[in-house]
Amino acid sequence: MNLSGIVKGILFQIVGSFIGAGIMGGIRALMGLPWKTEPAIVLGGLVGAIAFMVGVGAFKDWWKMALGEEVTEASEVVGKQGLSRYFGFSLDHKVIGIQYGILSMVLLVLGGSLALIFRVELAQSGLQLLNFVQFNTLVGLHGMVLIASILMGIAAMSNYVVPLLIGAEDMAFPRLNAFSFWIAVPASIILMSSMFFGGFETGWTAYPPLSVRGPMGIQMFFLGVFIVGYSSILGALNLIATILTMRTKGMGLFKMPIFAWSVLATSIISLTATQLIGLSFQLVMFERLFGMSFFTPSDGGNPILFQHLFWFYSHPAVYIFVLPGLGIISELLPVFVRKPLFGYKWVAMSSMGIALTGFLVWGHHMFTAGIEEYLRVPFMYSTLLVAVPTGVKFFSWVATIWQGKARFPVPMLFVLGGIIVFLLGGLTGPPNGTVSTDLHLHDTYYIVGHFHNTMFGGFIFPIFAAIYYWYPKITGRRMSETLGKIHFYLMTPSFFLMTFGQMRIGLLGMRRRIADYDPAMGFDFTQLLITIGGYLIAISILVFFYNLIVSAKKGESATGNIWNSRSPEWDILPSPAPVHNYAGIHFNVVGEPYDYGLIGSKYVELAQGIHQREESD
Amino acid sequence: MSSINNAIVSYQQKLAINRLGLWLFFASDAFMFGGLLVARFYLLGNKNLNLDQTLGLLVTSILLISSFFMNRAEVMVSEGNHKGFITSLVITILLGISFLVGVVGLEWGSAHFGPGDGAEGAVFYMMTGMHAFHVLTGIIFLSLVLRNGLNKKYTPEKHYAVEASANYWHFVDVVWIIYYPVLYLMGTI
Repeated sequence: MNLSGIVKGILFQIVGSFIGAGIMGGIRALMGLPWKTEPAIVLGGLVGAIAFMVGVGAFKDWWKMALGEEVTEASEVVGKQGLSRYFGFSLDHKVIGIQYGILSMVLLVLGGSLALIFRVELAQSGLQLLNFVQFNTLVGLHGMVLIASILMGIAAMSNYVVPLLIGAEDMAFPRLNAFSFWIAVPASIILMSSMFFGGFETGWTAYPPLSVRGPMGIQMFFLGVFIVGYSSILGALNLIATILTMRTKGMGLFKMPIFAWSVLATSIISLTATQLIGLSFQLVMFERLFGMSFFTPSDGGNPILFQHLFWFYSHPAVYIFVLPGLGIISELLPVFVRKPLFGYKWVAMSSMGIALTGFLVWGHHMFTAGIEEYLRVPFMYSTLLVAVPTGVKFFSWVATIWQGKARFPVPMLFVLGGIIVFLLGGLTGPPNGTVSTDLHLHDTYYIVGHFHNTMFGGFIFPIFAAIYYWYPKITGRRMSETLGKIHFYLMTPSFFLMTFGQMRIGLLGMRRRIADYDPAMGFDFTQLLITIGGYLIAISILVFFYNLIVSAKKGESATGNIWNSRSPEWDILPSPAPVHNYAGIHFNVVGEPYDYGLIGSKYVELAQGIHQREESD
Repeated sequence: MSSINNAIVSYQQKLAINRLGLWLFFASDAFMFGGLLVARFYLLGNKNLNLDQTLGLLVTSILLISSFFMNRAEVMVSEGNHKGFITSLVITILLGISFLVGVVGLEWGSAHFGPGDGAEGAVFYMMTGMHAFHVLTGIIFLSLVLRNGLNKKYTPEKHYAVEASANYWHFVDVVWIIYYPVLYLMGTI
């Protein structure tokens, strides 16, 4: 029976989960202890995830390597062609990029749908649809599923685009690359399964002591995030190695396309900081399973420790989410205004600056948590310092647009939308980072509005821009401009309706993660508007999906350099991109990446005949 | 089709990429161990855990000596000394196993607290357990290297698996060099 990889993987995961749970039950029975569901589902989840990887075939080559046998070079593995290759184990970075993209979109739909459910509950005061635990589970999962979706989305963009941009044949470690993608699939299943094990009450931050005591769905939440974290770490490792070692000849670090810089900066954060959220979640899991009291004050623990470990990742994580998106903006803007990117080196360094400053700011999430008094002001200053490199990016964009010959196809619309929405996110940020104002704003809907701004401006808008922009590179056809414009002009105002509504009621005192509110507060109408905004966004995304699927077959054919871009994947390669990228093609980097409008200048140039000479040497 | 590129990406280049990858993994893992150090200082401050000093010194010496033999094994495989390589590797593995017996078998059995006994127990068992887990994976890697070494899979030129597991072994050793004083020596009772 020739099942495709994913079906086999899921079957293996189901069987593995039961085996894992059975082993735990058996061990406990041997120790004379009664059946307990919690440890059983944790071990079951873990074994299930490993079984999935076995089923999908991720360990096959590594097993051979471990036994010292020769394995086929990744570049010589002949993959399947056609649609079925996206549903099985593949080593091609372009296939993996699209697989990441599919998973990201599936999670986007799931996470968004969760929000649509609890928005109905919030549309009017009183409890109509959900009980408290259901509401909290939905809110928490909405957050974490979309975080997973964002991580998959940036991995999709980085995986597909970066090797093409830097002229590499594939990623540095193709097998690890496939592993990082596939491990995220069982992890997403585990994460979603937390709904069916009683849910959880804590929101996505999973603060103890509540997470130590609540329903056991939190264990599946922890396990899922832990494994997604490993996917993210290994993906980042691969991207750093790729960018540092696989660039084509003559492409110095400061001649890379700017997107590669932002991916490098992002990957440095996810490589290192992700360990800390993994650790913090692991400690809570162990506290629940083995009674190790890290976070229970009555037993010598300290819940603030969790917040330190958690936010050491989860604040820089925000920069993980937005840096690739800001890189997309810097990458696409010069193409559509036909002008050089203003201050390339400064933009490249600002990505690094945001990444490094990001490590020093986590404490601003804890101003009200009872951290040491003397820590508040230093964290306030370091937080506000992030505005400096971010400002560099904004000034660069404005100066790039200045007197440019702008064209406005759909990707450009999303780029401009991203700039405006992220500006709003940037401007609403400092009040949260300043101690005095944060004491009022903490844990209100103002924060919700603020971070939806940053996530939409820094990720949602740019990833849509990237999809519309690189779609022809994937399929050889372009997406419908009309439907794309409907998507944009429906989503953008709906988003503003949603976010301004959130910030308004937040300033008036609406708290986060509360299923109900007093009608006397007068929030009902605004809450209804937010819900309507959310549903309009959902409709616009349905239009996008329709466009995405239909254009693959019926879109206008686009095989050449349709955007008049200078970067090698458009300038040199045909669309859809060939299986082996630049194999057999030799190109030289002869100019600056973004000298648009400079007559006669080129970034890359085909070097015919050079490799024959090299071979005869 | 890709033979041209394959010729360019020579073994040396691949080796460089693999080495970079390994060091990036160490950087990542170091953050996790660092997080546990933070947890130890945050929860216990300047408190001494009052552990068995003899046993602590013993397991630390065992691990350090094992690192020495690991280094010998790596040097010998690059010199083509097959017999010396296998001998040093076997000694390394045996010392690694003794370390695990010392920490998990003896120390965990004789400590005056269990994992559920307050912050001391939680921190101690988590730190030693996480480190022991890494030693265990190291032993698994070394056993695979031993198996392949007995089958003569390594040459003085091509033995990256030996080098990688040796570096991993040293990395886990360095972690213990930090964990040992933090858990056993420092602070007041």
